[in-house]
Amino acid sequence: MINLEISPKLATLVDQARQAALAFLRPNSRKYDQAEHTYPTELDTLASLLDGLSASGGGAGAAGVRKAKKTSKGVVNGANMSLAVGTMEMCWGDAGLLLAMPRQGLGNAAIASVGNDDQVARYKGKWAAMAITEPDTGSDSGAIRTTAVRDGDDYVLNGEKIFVTSGERADCVVVWATLDRTKGKAAIKSFVVDRDTPGFELVRLEHKLGIRASDTAHFRLTNARVPARNLLGTPDILPDQGFAGVMQTFDNTRPLVAAMAVGITRAALEKTRELLTEAGITIDYDRPPHTQPAAAAAFLTMEADYESAYLLTLQAAWMADNGKPNSLQASYAKAKAGRSATDITLRCVELCGTVGYNEQSLLEKWSRDAKIMDIFEGTQQIQQLIIARRLLGKTSAELK
Amino acid sequence: MSGEGLGARPHRQGALGVTMSVLNRVAGSRLVARLGVKAPVDRALYQVTRTGFTAVNRTFAATRTLSAPRRLPAAPERAVFDLTPTEEQAMIADTVREFAAERLRPSASEADEKCAAPPELLATAAALGVTLIGVPEDLGGVATERSTVTNVLVAEALAHGDLGLAVACLAPAAVSNALVLWGDQTQQATYLPSFTGEDVPAAALAVQEARPLFDPFALRTTAHRTTGGFVLSGEKSMVPLASSAELFVVAAELAGRGPALFLVESSSQGLSVDPEPAMGLRAAATGRLTLSKVAVPATALLGDSAAYADCVRLSRLGWCALAVGTGAAVLAYVTDYVNTREAFGEPVSHRQGVAFRVADIGTELDGMRLATYRAASRAEQGKPFAREAALARTLCATKGMTIGSDGVQLLGGHGYVKEHPVERWYRDLRAVGVMEGAVLV
Repeated sequence: MINLEISPKLATLVDQARQAALAFLRPNSRKYDQAEHTYPTELDTLASLLDGLSASGGGAGAAGVRKAKKTSKGVVNGANMSLAVGTMEMCWGDAGLLLAMPRQGLGNAAIASVGNDDQVARYKGKWAAMAITEPDTGSDSGAIRTTAVRDGDDYVLNGEKIFVTSGERADCVVVWATLDRTKGKAAIKSFVVDRDTPGFELVRLEHKLGIRASDTAHFRLTNARVPARNLLGTPDILPDQGFAGVMQTFDNTRPLVAAMAVGITRAALEKTRELLTEAGITIDYDRPPHTQPAAAAAFLTMEADYESAYLLTLQAAWMADNGKPNSLQASYAKAKAGRSATDITLRCVELCGTVGYNEQSLLEKWSRDAKIMDIFEGTQQIQQLIIARRLLGKTSAELK
Repeated sequence: MSGEGLGARPHRQGALGVTMSVLNRVAGSRLVARLGVKAPVDRALYQVTRTGFTAVNRTFAATRTLSAPRRLPAAPERAVFDLTPTEEQAMIADTVREFAAERLRPSASEADEKCAAPPELLATAAALGVTLIGVPEDLGGVATERSTVTNVLVAEALAHGDLGLAVACLAPAAVSNALVLWGDQTQQATYLPSFTGEDVPAAALAVQEARPLFDPFALRTTAHRTTGGFVLSGEKSMVPLASSAELFVVAAELAGRGPALFLVESSSQGLSVDPEPAMGLRAAATGRLTLSKVAVPATALLGDSAAYADCVRLSRLGWCALAVGTGAAVLAYVTDYVNTREAFGEPVSHRQGVAFRVADIGTELDGMRLATYRAASRAEQGKPFAREAALARTLCATKGMTIGSDGVQLLGGHGYVKEHPVERWYRDLRAVGVMEGAVLV
């Protein structure tokens, strides 16, 4: 039965998340944007609160992205959907602070998605970051150079990792490394590396355009020893499906990044509407945009793109909850939400003049935060590649 | 003063210009004479003007009396986000999709050229029950509750065949849906039986007026109260099936109330129709409807003030559904083409410049579809839907047109010629941002 409204149960969750965002995130937004690399201590309290919510089936915990096993015949709005709407609200509050949230790292999502029961149990309650990118390898994650060599009960890791979100603050980092560089993507595995592992060295923290509340680490691994049982998934090099397993994580995390983008976009649109209203602009949904002031017409165009991004995100999450393959729709959501967030937040700054551009409001910050949404977890162009290959039935060798 | 920009001053013809204009006329007529060029078929067809016509019109009369108007109850409120159509909706959509593929698509090119839909095709569409879907069971239809989503699915499926023909098929349903939504017992008893019978009349919802920045909430067509009813005057633009329609629902500014809907039978005195062919929607045989002091009875006023705003919104949603169906047709067609067409030794789809456009069509199309479904679903559950309808409209108008343009672009020169349907979809999709009225879900 076609219905695109969120369930009353999720609406309650959204309300809780908004209260949390209003109480903990918005008041600290500017503070940690200016004090980059300072640990936002307020988040410890919020994280404990969220753990409580997660335990009762709510919360924005990254642990919820484990692929749903269909138990009932009916349609459900489950963990993926609640995580998506929760994430939207938290990023409406502050995306940088959400990314800095203890125990909500992408590594947690990876462990939840592809880890075995033992690994899930051992890392329960830990904060796990994710390390994929290397100085010479960005979108081409199949070409990573960090190596993992089996030695007794351990793997020995060597290489360099950059752009590790919450890398310094996390308890452990999920590191992507290859077992054999000659065997291509199939040999790439992910390893949970504890932060205190000897040879796992923090090189520096990046200074960024936005999401400055979230730290971004650069690591070097020099003969770092990791127990073999910390390898996520199978240790075998299976030519056909090895890499697919690691990439599967993205089907679950891309809708979440889309949800982050949607949250920032809505924050900017709400503020802009408030400022436009003060400036005497009313927005009429019935009269044709061309007959309204240009600012009102622009707002309608932006809100339409927001609506599209919002619904594409919910669609991807709904499919994940109901056991439907959603790679294509996850990329639709990420592509649309990522580009819309950037376009819309920048346009909002433009419409609001120096009120938008100066640090008086958060509009300029949101437009800086938004840009990363079109980059991490696969850039706009990577999403377009994935979508195009699916629609056209092309392999990565054919459509490069 | 900043009056010196493009278009600020009219172009004036000098002496040389006047001479050239004369030469042009002479040269044109000489050429026609020498080559014996015949006016194109569609032009000839359009010479047929219907002024104060006395065409064979049925007499609409109530065969039974209704004690109260039949209103479909709002569909029950739903508990979860869900994109699964009901079994019944899936079945209806499948049937219509098949009909669109087998009958609409093959007839589309010729109908576009002739500015007319094949009558037997319209009869088949009516027989399939396009108008029945929205009419309550006890008035001869099949509906038990409001079915905006089903209507959207039907329009989408029809437009996958052809947008112009879809408008022709759906034009009568716009009138029957309006009667179900807002008609009183007399109006329903008088007109609805024809729409559920064997011979469904051509009918049309006429809202649009021909001027820049047209706003359906600021109409120039007027209605004045008289002792016996109302007198309507004005012009309605791009009315589908205008010259064959037996019944119109006309939007007019009612003095003292604002925009309102009126039932006007085509046999009314003072009503005339002129052809109004446009860049697209040609299969819908669009025409200009002129009302010169057309007197209608008091019973012609359809619905209250709230009805008019809903009519505009539901009509826009109909256009959204048509854009989604046509966009899907473009996506399927270009996918096949770019995978087959080779350049530089490989399919052109192996190039990112081509492939990424296809990706964007897919992404925006899915967003258009979801926004349309959301608004329709809210409408049938009796929730406010003005915002959602407006956003769907904006998306479908802008992204739909981009899809139409990319459809032609991806075929290159082949997209520009009539051998392929993409140039027609380009012309048809421009209508989505322009049209008000004509369809109603």
